[in-house]
Amino acid sequence: MVRELHVDEIAGALAKLCIDICYRMSPDMKAAVKRARELEESPIGREILDQLIANTEIAAEGQVPYCQDTGTTVVFVDVGQDVHLVGGALETAINEGVARGYTEGFLRGSIVTDPLFDRRNSGDNTPAIVHTRVVPGDRVRLTVDAKGAGSENMSRLAMLKPSDGIEGVRAFVLETVERSGPNACPPGIVGVGVGGNFEGVARLAKRALTRRVGDPNLDPRWAAFERELLEGANALGLGPEALGGTQTVLAVHVEAAPTHIASLPVAVNMECHAHRAGHVEL
Amino acid sequence: MSVSELPGGLKRVEAPLSDDDVRALRAGDRVRIFGRVYGARDAAHKRLIEMLDRGEMLPVDLAGQIVYYVGPTPARPGAVIGAAGPTTAGRMDRFTPPLLELGLKAAVGKGGRGEALRPEFQKHSACYMAALGGAGALASRSVKAARVVAFEELGPEAIFELELEDFPAWVVNDCYGADHYATVAEPWRKVSETGTSQASSELGGG
Repeated sequence: MVRELHVDEIAGALAKLCIDICYRMSPDMKAAVKRARELEESPIGREILDQLIANTEIAAEGQVPYCQDTGTTVVFVDVGQDVHLVGGALETAINEGVARGYTEGFLRGSIVTDPLFDRRNSGDNTPAIVHTRVVPGDRVRLTVDAKGAGSENMSRLAMLKPSDGIEGVRAFVLETVERSGPNACPPGIVGVGVGGNFEGVARLAKRALTRRVGDPNLDPRWAAFERELLEGANALGLGPEALGGTQTVLAVHVEAAPTHIASLPVAVNMECHAHRAGHVEL
Repeated sequence: MSVSELPGGLKRVEAPLSDDDVRALRAGDRVRIFGRVYGARDAAHKRLIEMLDRGEMLPVDLAGQIVYYVGPTPARPGAVIGAAGPTTAGRMDRFTPPLLELGLKAAVGKGGRGEALRPEFQKHSACYMAALGGAGALASRSVKAARVVAFEELGPEAIFELELEDFPAWVVNDCYGADHYATVAEPWRKVSETGTSQASSELGGG
């Protein structure tokens, strides 16, 4: 049985979601920041975490985004194969939703249409980065990550050798966290992709960021690796805003995928404490 | 004096700043900024440097002034400004020495500066201060007035004149060559040099 869905519903839901995630920190992220506040050993680190918590409260009360970099809008769309989209093109509707959300919500347009020559701002944060999958079912699931560039710019990808193994992956992840220093606005989340290929591994890392904060990988081996990476990252001593402390990373999310016999791709997508991800199902 | 002591070991900073004012600031000092700063980020800096290269007058006089690396969100009707936290300062590194030549005394942003800037801050008696990255709503509370003074067509990347009150920051690079970030993590570090640096050389350091 095919279900019809008008693309205007997608645009409307996206507009609302963009605004919501930029004004109100999600409960899972808020809980992670508060837990870091409890665990942090450095006085300056605790003070900064208090200010970050206050920042999110001011934002929610005053209807102002909690970070001025309201990000590149990354949209993961899972379209059920029993859905018939009507009323226009999916990608056009997504960009209409983003434009409406960023304009009506007083969010910052941060996208330049040409990356090198004129770098002219599109004004409404379009176009979004869209990843579409066709999945079983008759629903459409939209997952949005309003991804800030400060942390995005510190992210890295490496094509390791299979013989580099677990130690190579660990070293690359921890080195990326350390080199990010204050620029990635710690404490945040580290999204890691392992496997796949060159473009696939980056997408895995991004998708890992959209997981509910602190939920472990379903495979116990990978969950244990996540805990180990978290511990390693927090042993670096960077702390909140890299001013020294024990809470540099709130969670490490790793997603793995099959890969080529010759390859061990790793992508590390750094995310700041102003993590804005959310989803809606239509 | 445009730098003075406040209760709680804080220092009050207000432009215009003299060489002596900057000499009173040390890496690690916690400050509160008052008064006028110029908000400018990537695109505005690029334009300023292009104007200098063409020998043109800049739209703002930066002598003795403070530049704040910021691209705010649009203000709601009736609000002074939207979220207005700092952006990554390192991207402005290459644009900074020519502005120091013009007498710019301080920059405010987030993150660290390249090592090459340390002697520049020394030579020009200038400094770099960091504000709380990613806390744009909190920062907006310290902005009492805002207007665009140049490059309006750049939107969030225009040059803003901002009036700050009690804006918190800390000195990262002082005019003595010190860098606060170079030392603060060490006491909290719980690992010896991990194998990370070794792996990086093998990987070409990303």
